Amino acid sequence: MSQATLRVQKISGHAGSVPGEDTQREYTVCKLIDTTTCIGCKACEVACMEWNDLPFGETVFDNTYQTMPETRWNYWNLILFNEHEREDGSLMWLMRKNQCMHCAEPGCLAACPADGAIVQYTNGIVDFQQANCIGCGYCITGCPFDIPKMNPKTHRVFKCTLCTDRVSEGLEPACIKSCPTGCLHFGSKDDMLDLAGKRAKQLRDHSNFPKAGVYDPPGVGGTGVVYVLHDATNPELYGGLPKNPHVPLSVKLWKGPLKWLGNVAMIGGLVGLFVHYLRYGPKAREEEDLAAKPGGGKS
Amino acid sequence: MSPSEQSIPHGHVLRYNLRERLTHWVAAAAYIYLLSTGLAFWSPWLFWLAAALGGAQVSRMLHPWAGLLFFASVWNMYVMWARQMKYTDDDRKWWKAVKYYSTNQDDKMPPAGRYNAGQKFLFWGFFWSSLLLLLSGIIMWSPQYFAWHSLIAMRISVLIHASAALFTMGLFMIHLYMGLFAERGAFGSVIRGDVSIAFAKRYHPAWYKEIVGESSSPRK
Ligand code: HEM
Ligand code: SF4
Ligand code: SF4
Repeated sequence: MSQATLRVQKISGHAGSVPGEDTQREYTVCKLIDTTTCIGCKACEVACMEWNDLPFGETVFDNTYQTMPETRWNYWNLILFNEHEREDGSLMWLMRKNQCMHCAEPGCLAACPADGAIVQYTNGIVDFQQANCIGCGYCITGCPFDIPKMNPKTHRVFKCTLCTDRVSEGLEPACIKSCPTGCLHFGSKDDMLDLAGKRAKQLRDHSNFPKAGVYDPPGVGGTGVVYVLHDATNPELYGGLPKNPHVPLSVKLWKGPLKWLGNVAMIGGLVGLFVHYLRYGPKAREEEDLAAKPGGGKS
Repeated sequence: MSPSEQSIPHGHVLRYNLRERLTHWVAAAAYIYLLSTGLAFWSPWLFWLAAALGGAQVSRMLHPWAGLLFFASVWNMYVMWARQMKYTDDDRKWWKAVKYYSTNQDDKMPPAGRYNAGQKFLFWGFFWSSLLLLLSGIIMWSPQYFAWHSLIAMRISVLIHASAALFTMGLFMIHLYMGLFAERGAFGSVIRGDVSIAFAKRYHPAWYKEIVGESSSPRK
């Protein structure tokens, strides 16, 4: 789903420079999800399917209002329903719209070996280019939010595009448009953080949520999707939102020191063997030499 | 004609029968394919390898299947050779003298059997790495076939797969170096099957003694 109107600042599996690197004039875009005003109506789920024209799959009923246990390759936007008992014994319903977080430092992109299968535009959107995807699933190992999902038939990976096609035309994402309570907002990252901060303060000062706060995890460089949570100290309550997400250590090791070490060893090995041959040559040159006593001198 | 009955030119002895030679080349072909496609996914600078081999998607699709073929051939080697690859006291002596081997002072080496200690190390290195590559590779393959996958298993597998592959690359480079360049006369053994008697006596004297029997006069 390549968008010619958007410049690219990061490319997966790419050797050499990137066309849009260092050229940013655009705003970094951001989606703000205020979980405190979400009513779990799933209008955004439907809008996502409609706009992206995703083939419908079966829903899975598990005695909650949740449509299915987790997002799928053809279901990018899922409201997670979580029942939470508060200290005073009262019940709270924590609903969280789950989708790709559009990390500033995306683990999926860092892990991907295919040139151009994952790109990050200068506006911050992380977008999968299925035409270039080879279906290795490395992105799945790189994502701290368990978002990329593989189409088992075509072996290509899909996830929320933040409606790249709409955003590049100056529209807001389809989910934002559909939300009836106004709990979804879209704009520049600065504006959204500002709005989120105000809302969190309001919750702390006037609504008896002293731990309310904004979720914009620094471990992945901040995200293009930020949440307002009633209890920002405990994001795990919201369907396992990680407290301090970061690109997994294994992926960092693999793409960092291991790659470095491996490349040095490979090149060093080739050079070493070549030099060894220059210095010592073959053990014996011709068939006749073989019969000679090793170490020189005919027998 | 059974492999052992093939005609051997005068002054030569059979080193590898047909089954051994075929297995070697199936393993080699599969390994070189796995190496090329694997390296393409290892580094963006080598991604062109996948394009040259029919495209990245095709490479990704065939790599695991070639892996199964590779493992099957390694397993066949295990069946054929495991017993000859047992470490012995002579091998310990060989390792102690390895610096003479690597500086072409072969007269200072303790006599090697059918396989010297270095070749045994190569064999076991490849055998255990192949097992690791197979197991980790299958886990990395799984998301294509199962909606279920274990993230932690996949994360560990990628590390194991890449490390084991790198280790085999080291072995592979030395293997090619020895077989093609350093030990002239070795290459024919995996093509035609035979080596010259001179070669056998020089590099595998204990093996030569074994096949010709104590009866033949051990000319030195
Ligand atoms: C034994 C059975 C094997 C299986 C089932 C297997 C399977 C896989 C799979 C599924 C992947 C990930 C996707 C991909 O890049 O294609 C992979 C990657 C890779 N494989 Fe294998 N493979 C096997 C053997 C080998 C062997 C013998 C080598 C020898 C060089 C090798 C080298 C690599 C490399 C270098 C990578 C890329 C690792 C990275 O990007 O860090 N594989 N393999
Ligand atoms: S499966 Fe993921 S990591 Fe692999 S090529 Fe496709 S997008 Fe990249
Ligand atoms: S949430 Fe996952 S898929 Fe989305 S940008 Fe971050 S790492 Fe990539």
